[in-house]
Amino acid sequence: MQPEFEPTIQALKKEFNAQISEFRGDVSAIIPAENIVSAAKMLRDEFDFSLLSTMTAVDHWPEEKPRFDMLYQFTSVSKVLSLSVLVQVPGINPSLPTITGIFKNAIWREREVWDMFGIKFEGHPDLRRILMPADWEGHPLRKDYPLGYEEPQFTFNFEEIDLRKPYAKE
Amino acid sequence: MGVEQKLANMGAVTTTLETVVNWSRTRAMWPLLFGLACCAIEMMAAEGAHYDMSRFGMELMRPSPRQSDLMIVAGRVSRKMAPVLRRLYDQMPEPKWVIAMGDCASCGGVFNNYAVVAGVDEIVPVDIYIAGCPPRPEALIHGIMTLYDKVNHEKIKDRA
Amino acid sequence: MTQLQEVSVDDIKHLVSERAIQGETVLLNMGPQHPSTHGVLRLLLELDGETVVNCIPDIGFLHTGIEKNMESKTYAKANVMADRLDYLNTLGNNLAYSMAVEKLVELDVPERAQSIRVILAELQRIASHLIWLGTTGLDVAAMSTFLYCFRERESILDIFELCSGQRMMTTYIRPGGVWRDVPVEFEAAVREFIKMFPRRVDEYEALLSRNPLFLDRTFGIGTVSAEQALNFGMTGPPLRASGVNWDLRKARPYCGYEQYDFEVPTRTEGDVYARYIVRIEELRQSLRIVEQALNKMPIGPVCSSNHKFIPPPRSEIGVNMEALIHHFKLWTEGFSTPKGSIYNAIESPRGELGVYIVSDGGPKPYRIHWRTPSFDNLQALPFMAKGLLVADLVAIIGSVDIVLGDVDR
Repeated sequence: MQPEFEPTIQALKKEFNAQISEFRGDVSAIIPAENIVSAAKMLRDEFDFSLLSTMTAVDHWPEEKPRFDMLYQFTSVSKVLSLSVLVQVPGINPSLPTITGIFKNAIWREREVWDMFGIKFEGHPDLRRILMPADWEGHPLRKDYPLGYEEPQFTFNFEEIDLRKPYAKE
Repeated sequence: MGVEQKLANMGAVTTTLETVVNWSRTRAMWPLLFGLACCAIEMMAAEGAHYDMSRFGMELMRPSPRQSDLMIVAGRVSRKMAPVLRRLYDQMPEPKWVIAMGDCASCGGVFNNYAVVAGVDEIVPVDIYIAGCPPRPEALIHGIMTLYDKVNHEKIKDRA
Repeated sequence: MTQLQEVSVDDIKHLVSERAIQGETVLLNMGPQHPSTHGVLRLLLELDGETVVNCIPDIGFLHTGIEKNMESKTYAKANVMADRLDYLNTLGNNLAYSMAVEKLVELDVPERAQSIRVILAELQRIASHLIWLGTTGLDVAAMSTFLYCFRERESILDIFELCSGQRMMTTYIRPGGVWRDVPVEFEAAVREFIKMFPRRVDEYEALLSRNPLFLDRTFGIGTVSAEQALNFGMTGPPLRASGVNWDLRKARPYCGYEQYDFEVPTRTEGDVYARYIVRIEELRQSLRIVEQALNKMPIGPVCSSNHKFIPPPRSEIGVNMEALIHHFKLWTEGFSTPKGSIYNAIESPRGELGVYIVSDGGPKPYRIHWRTPSFDNLQALPFMAKGLLVADLVAIIGSVDIVLGDVDR
């Protein structure tokens, strides 16, 4: 861990009771879900983590509590640091406060997480599906959503799959 | 031989109507600008100076479906794009042909999941399939030559 | 599946201004199939005459489900799908993925492989910028640059074909090094390219940089300031053109970039012309890196010899029992990884390309997320285009340099 991280780590531990861990040189902090907005504001204003690199979620089905791990990756351009902040979200009615007021690129990132995982963001100005068609049902990146693949046509089952396949005639 | 030579000296050629119609259809087939993904880059490279496609009459890709004859589906078709593809195909006037360029348009390619339509022939009838991921520009040109072969053997009553 | 979905006006009412509802402004659909949108991007434009009041991008027309599909493949096989994300930066995607897997399992990469990776990544950057220049020139009606740029790109694709057999989608850079050693003709081909290219860049600059028509179309259009760019999450040339000197090759060097001497071009205006100048300069700097890496290329192996992760060469399998066991295990089950999650980012021609892998100890990635630069760069488009003409919007889309495979994954 680089020494420039120390003030940030101390502040996160003091304010939000964060659990800090390090793996292969990447520093990550786990904080409770309600505090994400104030943590993001603090990181941006006081510690100059001005770039929100990415936001995504991980699904741990069939574990129910907590089911989703939400990752926020902050980058500091001036100090060349990269910090992962993890927030745990339960599986029933998953929802989180939005950070679109602090980082503008969270608008589309949160829409993508809603589309792929079904985690709602309270206060988001425009929560609609972004990558899938608007009338799609289900949230594809969840672990209980099937991959949706089609059966390969080998020579032994060529005819039976051929009959089932929808071909456009005209 | 005698009559035809005499006629040719005077500047007249005899042939069948089908040959003329098919010959004219192949000589300036205008493709619809429909590059979706990686295969579109190889299609653009085929348009470039190295593998010149304008010698086949295809130098300009027409953005408007109403003015094009050939739809080269180059790239993977996702579920959201499928209705748009069908609509564009319906907007093209007859006679029209479709080339499925690349593995993703022919059969789904590397991807076998919820988001990619496995083979564009579920949506539009395809005349020529070109394999490759992405197919080389030479493969695309070979596919177009095969399409010309196919068109040259068509009967008028098969198309409007 | 082929039915068009009906979306009522209420769904998008909150996105358009009051004047659209009253009928004062026109809602125009710049659809997925359009010559200037650089792929399948749909823009809903709210126009007051020719001026853009509001611009709402609609993405997802190229969504391929790569992240979910990679979860069902072993680490070595998922590399094949990685090329097809940002299809103009195929070797860069492979590099990002390979470096992430190497970070996860702590695999060493030999020196020769690092130099080959740098040479190919920089050649790929040049190829990607050439396509950008060609298609952006086409958008602002400079059609000859399109043909010139594709001619240069053919030389680069010939070099890729020498190494790997494929022009694009090579999957040449794999975890542990590269697939196999470069052939003997590689050095001569790259030196030929290095000799020929600087004059060509001067040609492009002579065509466009001082051209009053080009300057009219691009100077002062689509300005973004440094704080706004950082807030939007922009990275890469758009951020550097707004004044922030952030390049991952200099800030967090990887693959031996610290040994090469190159500059990172930055400008302060933040408009379309500044982004154009930044990318033209990057062409020259990338060529410098290629030359230095080629001169310094050491002799040695091109792949790690840790056969727990890298398949052993075929010649050893018949002779060595351990090699046979490793080969069997790697191709049936794959290698196992420690539990944990990592994030690794490299500098792609578009910005910061990051890979986030969560591993649960098994041979397949539990969750893999790609931080693609075009997704964030595109979010700034409505902000940049407000109040400008439709023709300016086309120039702005070209300058942001989006690739829809990156945006939609």
